[in-house]
Amino acid sequence: MELELLIQKFQNKEVSAFEKLYAMYSENIYGVINTIIRNPERAQEICQDVFVKIWEKSESYNSSKGRFFTWLLNIARNAAIDEVRSKSHKQQKKNLSTEYFVGILEGSEDLEGKMDTIGLKNLLINLKEKCVQIISLLYFQGFTQKEAAEELDIPIGTVKTRNRSCISQIRENMNI
Amino acid sequence: MDVKKYIASGILELYVAGILSEEQNLEIHGYAQKYPEIKAEIEAIEASILVISEKSSPGLAKNSFKKVKSRVGKVVSIQTKEIKTTPWTSYLGWAASIIFAVGLIWMYLENDKLKSEIEITSGEKQTLEEQILDIRGEVTDKNNILNQLRDKNVTVVSLGGQTISPTSFAKAYWNKEQQKVFIDAQGLPEPPPGFTYQVWSLKLNPLTPTSVGLLDDFMNNENRVFELPNANETEAFGITLEPEGGSKSPTLEQLYTLGAITT
Repeated sequence: MELELLIQKFQNKEVSAFEKLYAMYSENIYGVINTIIRNPERAQEICQDVFVKIWEKSESYNSSKGRFFTWLLNIARNAAIDEVRSKSHKQQKKNLSTEYFVGILEGSEDLEGKMDTIGLKNLLINLKEKCVQIISLLYFQGFTQKEAAEELDIPIGTVKTRNRSCISQIRENMNI
Repeated sequence: MDVKKYIASGILELYVAGILSEEQNLEIHGYAQKYPEIKAEIEAIEASILVISEKSSPGLAKNSFKKVKSRVGKVVSIQTKEIKTTPWTSYLGWAASIIFAVGLIWMYLENDKLKSEIEITSGEKQTLEEQILDIRGEVTDKNNILNQLRDKNVTVVSLGGQTISPTSFAKAYWNKEQQKVFIDAQGLPEPPPGFTYQVWSLKLNPLTPTSVGLLDDFMNNENRVFELPNANETEAFGITLEPEGGSKSPTLEQLYTLGAITT
């Protein structure tokens, strides 16, 4: 309810509401963009662009179309993919970014200290590489079920169930 | 509907990923409002993705919102500037087009005026040309008359005023060979309506009057010079005022002028 109110105020162009939403989601958006383009400085600029864009187009969001974060995620992904395409590294990046994401998650011991009490390591307990791949494709890169199935060379029905079990694992780890 | 089975299908995870169709999104939005378990599940899935994506961030600077805010501010101020400038230029455009339109109308009216002035002037010109022609005609007429009067065979007779009108006078230019007489009636008063002057050729011994003709259309003859045929052996000319159409014999009480030929 509080989120809905915040979004409403944001759509009424209240800067304070915008700032709260930015505080809630900016790190996530930055993370998603950087995972796709793999350039932290450029990713920061694109992240700014994305938030400026959602402010300008705030009226185009409608809760019946999906979650606010999902809307934001879509805009961020499209902006990052546009960037990748503009560099014409599209094909290469698609293949590599899963590895990159895995790398970020696995090699982030130094991040652990900076972050909150739920360490990344805890989240990754029992999280197989297959999970990291599917989460990366579906959430970070916006692959459709069919595209993810082709990418991972698994039946389309498996995408949905595998993803479900992976998310469930993360949720379990969060509660540790 | 089996809510647990629906949740277990994994569709809600895809919903949060934003990779479902619009119809599916709408459907799940409806279910989320209808079934609290579905709403809670969606929020839990979202929370896990938020954690994962947050962990993937290299870390934004603490005051990173400032940059976004300044850009948003700029955008807003640019927009207001644009709003201020747009009417300006459009007013200018309107003003220019109004001035242009007024100028165009003025030019049209002016052109029209000039056209009608040209028409009037050319009408006047035509009138003047006609007048010139008329005058030329008159001059020719007068020259003709003059030439006729100057003819060496012409006998000039002065007709003096009589009792009824002592101040009246007239002249007769009689060309005996051509058997015609010009009466210069400049010195006669305007005949009253219904009356006309009649010219008589007189033989004196005995006094025998013969009608030479009428000075018809007296007022419209500007020269007041009338050409009449005269084959008589005239000894004197007389002019009387007679009822319109003339009389067989002169009314002597109305004898205006009379003059005898001196040889």
